[in-house]
Amino acid sequence: MGETKQLSVSAIKNGTVIDHIPADTLFSVINILGLENISNQITFGTNLESKKFGKKGIIKVEGIYFSEKEINKIALVAPAARLNIIRDYEVVEKHQLTIPDEIEGIVKCFNPACITNHEPVTTRFRIVSKDPLRLKCHYCEKITDEEHLTII
Amino acid sequence: MNSLKNKSLVSINDFSPREIESILETAARFEKDPPGRLLSGRVIAALFFEPSTRTRLSFESAVKRLDGQIIGFAEAGSSSVSKGESLKDTIRTVSNYSDLIVMRHSIEGSARYASEISPVPIINAGDGANQHPTQTLLDLYSIKKTQGTLDGLNIFMVGDLKYGRTVHSLLIALSNYNTTFNFISPAELRMPDEYKIILDKKGLKYYEHDDFTEIISRADIVYMTRVQRERFSDPLEYEKVKNIYVLRNEMLENTKENLRILHPLPRVNEIEPEVDENPKAYYFEQALNGVFVRQAIITSILDLI
Repeated sequence: MGETKQLSVSAIKNGTVIDHIPADTLFSVINILGLENISNQITFGTNLESKKFGKKGIIKVEGIYFSEKEINKIALVAPAARLNIIRDYEVVEKHQLTIPDEIEGIVKCFNPACITNHEPVTTRFRIVSKDPLRLKCHYCEKITDEEHLTII
Repeated sequence: MNSLKNKSLVSINDFSPREIESILETAARFEKDPPGRLLSGRVIAALFFEPSTRTRLSFESAVKRLDGQIIGFAEAGSSSVSKGESLKDTIRTVSNYSDLIVMRHSIEGSARYASEISPVPIINAGDGANQHPTQTLLDLYSIKKTQGTLDGLNIFMVGDLKYGRTVHSLLIALSNYNTTFNFISPAELRMPDEYKIILDKKGLKYYEHDDFTEIISRADIVYMTRVQRERFSDPLEYEKVKNIYVLRNEMLENTKENLRILHPLPRVNEIEPEVDENPKAYYFEQALNGVFVRQAIITSILDLI
């Protein structure tokens, strides 16, 4: 059943397919990767049927291969996402995402008294624990945990 | 080679144990033998976006006793900040006028941010509930001076251990030594787990208590902090515990000879005034030590020693 649904998102010749994105974080992923600013052909689908998530999202970007560093940024919001590298309509590589050790400008600091919530300062965190997810703010040194994680 | 040259001091974690030792040694040298006009011709900016008379006067005294000049403001109301200037603009401007900036700000992480945009070094004199590293260094200095060592001591921390910034930083700094900790606080204000994890990782011993009258005889240092009524969700809880964490002379009767009582000040009612005359009370000397330690920090960063 899932396969017929996926056909509604057309295949690409060369580029990247990001699959298994939780449907409710698809737009965060688009945002984090800055897809709104590129002129390549992009197709995305959301609320597609998925055995794993119930509803999932998918993004297909023609002609772009992301660096590992870039793509790992989305691991915070879509840790189970899978990355497929497409060349000539074939999947030539598959990657699982890994949460990076440091992240910049993606997550909002949970501490209302933090400088990043008062002046235009790019947020920076060190990942102190991946499971459960705990981020330590480079500025106020407070911990933002999974429950209080907000994507900018 | 002076590794502290041009280095900002934002958090106690910024200085290695060796750099901390070097500051303490320099402070001891300055106390014994005042170094004269070491800061002559230097301009230090003291930007107190949030008032803190005690810390500001300590820094001013430290700079002026070494013949340095100090510029700045004591509260944000008397600066361009009240006109809406950003922290970034204030720091960039003032860095043109000074060799080093001491700043205190209620916003957490403000000093770290300032250190990233300022061409001159920043000393954090307190950023909200986050860090106040010069306080930690003067606490270490006071402990070392009174005990002769930082190693193998039994440190009692009393009062508000949940929100107390000074006890958290001191714990981190002392975790580099073979320290035994005793945490004495009401249940609502216990030492947070993240600090206990640090001690667990380093294999250091710590014990938690509700009261300390029975165990104070083991202490080398008692570090008192204030238990504030506002911290309690239930005012009845505060009423129940408020007198447990007040230090009185009779409690010091059977304590060790080398025991010293520290307090970051200002004190409200957690140490009875009668204790002030007790030879084991050390909090006012502790404040004086802050001047030597701040002199050592400033001159080390400016590479003048």
